[in-house]
Amino acid sequence: MRATVLVRPKPGILDPEGKAVETSLRHLGFTVEGARVGRLVDLEVGASDPEEARAEVERMCAELLANPLIESYEIELTEGS
Amino acid sequence: MTEPRPRVAVIVFPGSNDDRDAALALEGLGADPVLVWHADRELPQVGAVVLPGGFSYGDYLRAGAIARFSPAMQAVADFAREGGLVLGICNGFQVLCEAGLLPGALRPNDSLAFVCRDVRLRVERADTPFLTECEVGQRLTIPVKHGEGCFFADPELLAELEETRQIVLRYDADNPNGSIDDIAGVVNADGNVLGLMPHPEHAVDPLLGSADGALILRALVERARERLLAPA
Repeated sequence: MRATVLVRPKPGILDPEGKAVETSLRHLGFTVEGARVGRLVDLEVGASDPEEARAEVERMCAELLANPLIESYEIELTEGS
Repeated sequence: MTEPRPRVAVIVFPGSNDDRDAALALEGLGADPVLVWHADRELPQVGAVVLPGGFSYGDYLRAGAIARFSPAMQAVADFAREGGLVLGICNGFQVLCEAGLLPGALRPNDSLAFVCRDVRLRVERADTPFLTECEVGQRLTIPVKHGEGCFFADPELLAELEETRQIVLRYDADNPNGSIDDIAGVVNADGNVLGLMPHPEHAVDPLLGSADGALILRALVERARERLLAPA
């Protein structure tokens, strides 16, 4: 199965990169009320059972892909490859 | 007879770049530094461990996130659990936080800029093994050079760190990275693991502007000596 993990700085966490993007977009004339920059990880996981795959990716997030103190994550699963 | 030089390990990760500076500073302060490659599973017999500054594994994912899987880090964690002194400087601090040996996390500087300059620090606690040569309230001048030194703890963790007196160094009205509560250095609950963003190894000679870093490193060398000389 394929999994996409979206990692975001938690609300309230200072995100200077997002701030810089927001400022730059304003410089270009866009109306922007805020920008946050996270990370996207595309994974090809071994498990074919969706529940098993999700549980596995959950563990990956908890152990490595996100730092729970400062980041939240979302997992999207897609069938096949 | 001259006093024996206590061995102190400096862990070298791919991307470390202050390992030799740390070793040189430790040597100048009476230690016998030994560079330990990150792939080594065991530490030689040492009295203390230093995790140096740099950009281990290119800071991929998050600074320090990959280095914690190095075989040597398992040995460092065991060493810390046995009460051994572990000092993490800059990237070493980031590695210790990611490894769970220290609380909190380090985020990109609020300015988004890499900062490289002397900062003034205030000693908040002198009763940890690393700060025995300092006094509470003492000001130290030590340089920082980092892009991700913004220490973060959520309100609960921050309250806990205050309660347990784990915040040992603060920026003195001169916060270079936006860290919460001006935190520059923290210890673990047992006090034997210290992480700080400033680089004491770059401040060991008045010729380089300050020798205040020697106060921290000399204490580390003394503790290493005591540990190695202590009867088993």
